[in-house]
Amino acid sequence: MTRRHNKNSQDPIRNSLLQKSISAKKDEFGRSLSLSALILIGVVVFSIFFFVLSRGLMTFTLDHINPFNFIFGTVWNPTSPDANGNLQFGAMPMIVGSFLVTLLSALVATPFAIATSLFMVEIQPNWGKKIMQPVVELLVGIPSVVYGFIGLTVVVPFLRNIFGGSGFGILAGTIVLFVMILPTITSLTIDALKNVPNHYRESALAIGATRWQMIYKVILRAATPGILTAIVFGMARAFGEALAVQMVVGNAAIMPNGLMSSAATLTSVLTQGIGNTADGSVQNDVLWTLAMLLLIMSLFFNLIIGLIGKQTNISKGKR
Amino acid sequence: MRKNLTRIGIILIAVLALYYGSTHRSLTSNVVGSTQAKTKNILIVGSTALQPLAERAGSEYEKINKETSITVQGGGSGAGLTQVQAGSVQIGSSDIFAEQQSSIQAAKLSDHRVAVVGIAPVTNKDVTIKNLSMDQLRKIFTGEVKNWRDLGGPDLAITVVNRSSGSGTRTVFEKSVLAGQTALHAQEQDSNGTVQKIVASAPGSISYLSFGYITGANLNTISIDHVKPTQSNVETNKWKIWGYEHMYTHGKAEGETAKFIKYFQSKKIQSGIVKKLGYIPLAGMQVTKNSQGKVSGK
Repeated sequence: MTRRHNKNSQDPIRNSLLQKSISAKKDEFGRSLSLSALILIGVVVFSIFFFVLSRGLMTFTLDHINPFNFIFGTVWNPTSPDANGNLQFGAMPMIVGSFLVTLLSALVATPFAIATSLFMVEIQPNWGKKIMQPVVELLVGIPSVVYGFIGLTVVVPFLRNIFGGSGFGILAGTIVLFVMILPTITSLTIDALKNVPNHYRESALAIGATRWQMIYKVILRAATPGILTAIVFGMARAFGEALAVQMVVGNAAIMPNGLMSSAATLTSVLTQGIGNTADGSVQNDVLWTLAMLLLIMSLFFNLIIGLIGKQTNISKGKR
Repeated sequence: MRKNLTRIGIILIAVLALYYGSTHRSLTSNVVGSTQAKTKNILIVGSTALQPLAERAGSEYEKINKETSITVQGGGSGAGLTQVQAGSVQIGSSDIFAEQQSSIQAAKLSDHRVAVVGIAPVTNKDVTIKNLSMDQLRKIFTGEVKNWRDLGGPDLAITVVNRSSGSGTRTVFEKSVLAGQTALHAQEQDSNGTVQKIVASAPGSISYLSFGYITGANLNTISIDHVKPTQSNVETNKWKIWGYEHMYTHGKAEGETAKFIKYFQSKKIQSGIVKKLGYIPLAGMQVTKNSQGKVSGK
């Protein structure tokens, strides 16, 4: 009995088989590390939502501003009372401004992005990879304040000389955003095109399609969901962009009546106003409500991307 | 299953947020710390207009009092007032009276004025007008007059550039000029520096700047009712567009904070840095202004 026991405890092979190996311990440690990181991220996301929503809803719950009037009102006058002594909080000019610059810039950027990426993937892959790809990636990395500054010193005076007026406005904002989201859309479109399996190209060419027919009828069709995802990503970036737009859009909270009209976006009103208002005042609360609208919009964009991804889709890896 | 979990999560967040948002006035300003203790670190937060001045005065003070460290941050007048009310900073700087900011309990704060800032209308060089009446100026900023031709200038559309709503400079300007009328909805820029650049480059544009920023070749300073925007005219209130730079403390200023404010108001700083950076020293002022904008002799 005792002999056997001794034998057991001294048997190194048995011990090594029964105990956890070092690599198993490492495995466990890694798993718990990534799990705790995940939980931390979850808590942070939850807190952000909770914070922005609770602050944003104060406008309606504590300041008793009608949500309908807030969203559809067209007069934004948060600090100086009108003739009747009322402050007016109508966020429509900012909502319209945000959507206008976003949609217009996506509209202009998309054809450019598709053309560029077609060139890089289908027409001249070698040259594209060597020169165009680094250029596109470089453009993604430029900070938005640089784009804004270029907009302020180049685009705005240029527009002023052509169209007159101050030069600030929707068009200037669109141009700056166009340059900013172009690389985003382009690089995602490149991925979508590259994910189209090669036998699609080969089959199309084999049955006698020209290169243009192959691109137009097969590649673009097959990559459509991926391209749509790219466009929505670009729009999400444009919608949330604050600094660059604020520098060129003019920041007048009025309903825009033309491309040269000064306008304001949700982000530009937020960044300009947040330092000038005191915590707990109506003026501060309405800014939080604008932030809440932005958050909801970015959720909405995510939802769209998710929906597009769900469609049958080769660019997501089904080969 | 996963979908339901997400849905439940979203509903839970919304309900919680709604409950919290309807019961709590503010998430931050309820806490009052005991920052008035005799600390050697002074944190100044708020007005960006006062920021360069406070930084310079702070570093001068640090040279004399080696064990004190003074940190100056911007963030805007609203942020300054909020944070000093919450007790999270020693000094909250502001371009406007605490009474003018709703949700700030001004009675709990004490006001220390450290400088006077004069504000003057400026136009682009191509607007040849040098003088306007107060009434004409008001008509420009309420949008009643839209072309310089109607004021005796060139045939050029007027482009009004405002500061962001709620900014101290804009509040002072509108209080002195607009006489209660609503300002025109024009484009807004968030700093003196940006406004200066835009007015210097955009034809027919008009805005207002604090005296320290009126430099550069393409700017045209406007006199009002033939009074020039100068320091001596502000001191006698002949020039009506001016306001104070305030430093607010939570309750009475104590210890190092009180010493620093006293130093700021001393003759050395007032006639030195204050003047040099384009502000107007308090000592020379022959009038005072209260939070309602009423001016009385000193």
